[in-house]
Amino acid sequence: MTNETNSTTPKKVPAIYPAKTKLQVTVIFFVVLGIYLFSMSWTQQQMAGGFSGALSNMFNVIEKFFPPNTAVISAIWGPMVETIQMAIIATTVAAILTVPLALLAAENVTTFKPLYIVTRTFLNLLRTIPDLVLAVIFVGLFGIGLFPGILALIIFSLGILAKLISETIESVDMNPLEAMRASGGNVFQVIWYALIPQVLPQFTSLVLYVFEINIRASVVLGLVGAGGIGLILNQQLGFYNYPNAMMIIILIFVVVIAIEYISTKIREALL
Amino acid sequence: MKDYSLPPKPKNSAFKKIRNIGILILVVAMYVWTFVSIDIDWGRAIERAANNFSRVIPRLFSPDWSATSDVAMSMLETVFIAFAGSLMAAVIAVPLAFLAARNMMGGVIASTIGKWILSAVRAFPDIILAILFVVAVGPNAFAGVLAIAIGSTGMLGKMFSEIIESIDMNVVEAMEASGANKIQILFYGVIPQITPEFLSYAIYRFEVDIRASSILGIVGAGGIGTMIIFASNNRNWNEMGTILLAIIIVVTIIDFASARIRRKIV
Repeated sequence: MTNETNSTTPKKVPAIYPAKTKLQVTVIFFVVLGIYLFSMSWTQQQMAGGFSGALSNMFNVIEKFFPPNTAVISAIWGPMVETIQMAIIATTVAAILTVPLALLAAENVTTFKPLYIVTRTFLNLLRTIPDLVLAVIFVGLFGIGLFPGILALIIFSLGILAKLISETIESVDMNPLEAMRASGGNVFQVIWYALIPQVLPQFTSLVLYVFEINIRASVVLGLVGAGGIGLILNQQLGFYNYPNAMMIIILIFVVVIAIEYISTKIREALL
Repeated sequence: MKDYSLPPKPKNSAFKKIRNIGILILVVAMYVWTFVSIDIDWGRAIERAANNFSRVIPRLFSPDWSATSDVAMSMLETVFIAFAGSLMAAVIAVPLAFLAARNMMGGVIASTIGKWILSAVRAFPDIILAILFVVAVGPNAFAGVLAIAIGSTGMLGKMFSEIIESIDMNVVEAMEASGANKIQILFYGVIPQITPEFLSYAIYRFEVDIRASSILGIVGAGGIGTMIIFASNNRNWNEMGTILLAIIIVVTIIDFASARIRRKIV
């Protein structure tokens, strides 16, 4: 008898998620969708012709970029090399400056709490400023040229690098450090013989990673007058010389991919 | 008597020595090349800095409060650009990630194609994409949205595909064995495993995109970058101070909020 009723009336399967979670997820979904639709309409309000007009226009305009003018490559090779050199110098200087900062921002090395908190906050603030904004300010200060670009890259990569390296330092094995301290090593001896051997592979890998970031950043610094290939790109776009601009963009693309490939291979070999 | 001498040092092979010397020579050569051929006009830079210092730095630290409402509106637009762009990217990245993940579409060829598409997209800096879209759809915020969307797709797609590759395949196999079809496997076996991490990375990317979209205006793609370029052209460093303050505050708030949400999700 009971078996029959069970087979005829489908047993109510308990839901996997409680009703409260379901409601929460639904509400969040609609809020996100609402903000999305609102932002889409906000960002399109100054656009002439609306979305569909823009899409059809896009293909007409993109045609203007092709074919890229390959003759220009000899003229843009110099600035491209300059861009890579900017990134090399900036990465090197940042890698040197980052050592004391990373040590100060590592909880297990800097046992003096206020100093650690101050360094951490400083690094967090540094990281919030975008690279091009730094470049704009330095161009205002030093005039147009390579120097403000390099300075902007240094400050920008310092924030990232010091944070990543301080996290590496925080994750090292503390036993060798303690053993050294116990047998009478001073702060510098502990850092030199116990910390550095543990951190060095990651340090090199992170520096290479930041070098990749700097290459990408340095190709666009010229847009605000801070040297490198971006300056030429900006000029060519200003003259509506789209085939030349396309060639520059392709060169940037190739260089970025090549450097990333090499850097990834080295980093894989290191770790 | 005990012998207290140090243990023998491990011997370095000749190959390693030669390799290390080779690397050293390469690095030194790179630095020599860099520092010899780069040409910085130190004299001019220092002279300019000495002249400009008092005109720039103190004014940067005394923000122009009268510009607050304009700056706030631009910053709001920047947030909207980043939000719309990263949500679009999060949606576009999902099919590409399934294509690029080795354990989903089967076939190494599909995975390789997917990985190539994603790394090609990643190689373009956001602002170069913004230049292209400004030419295509005109100098407005929507060009910024498109630039952010395409720019973030590369990184999100890569992260998503790595997440898909790391799921527990036993669940999928068990479902296959008990006769579930592909769609059922996708909805009950794969999606529950990847959703939290997908969301976490999408939110993290929103954080990154806030920074990225705040400079897109430099090439005309809307947001606070437009004000940055005006302030710098007019040497209006007080206003630049306000803008900088707005960027720092908004980025900090969003970083903080996003870190908390992500900790809750994963």
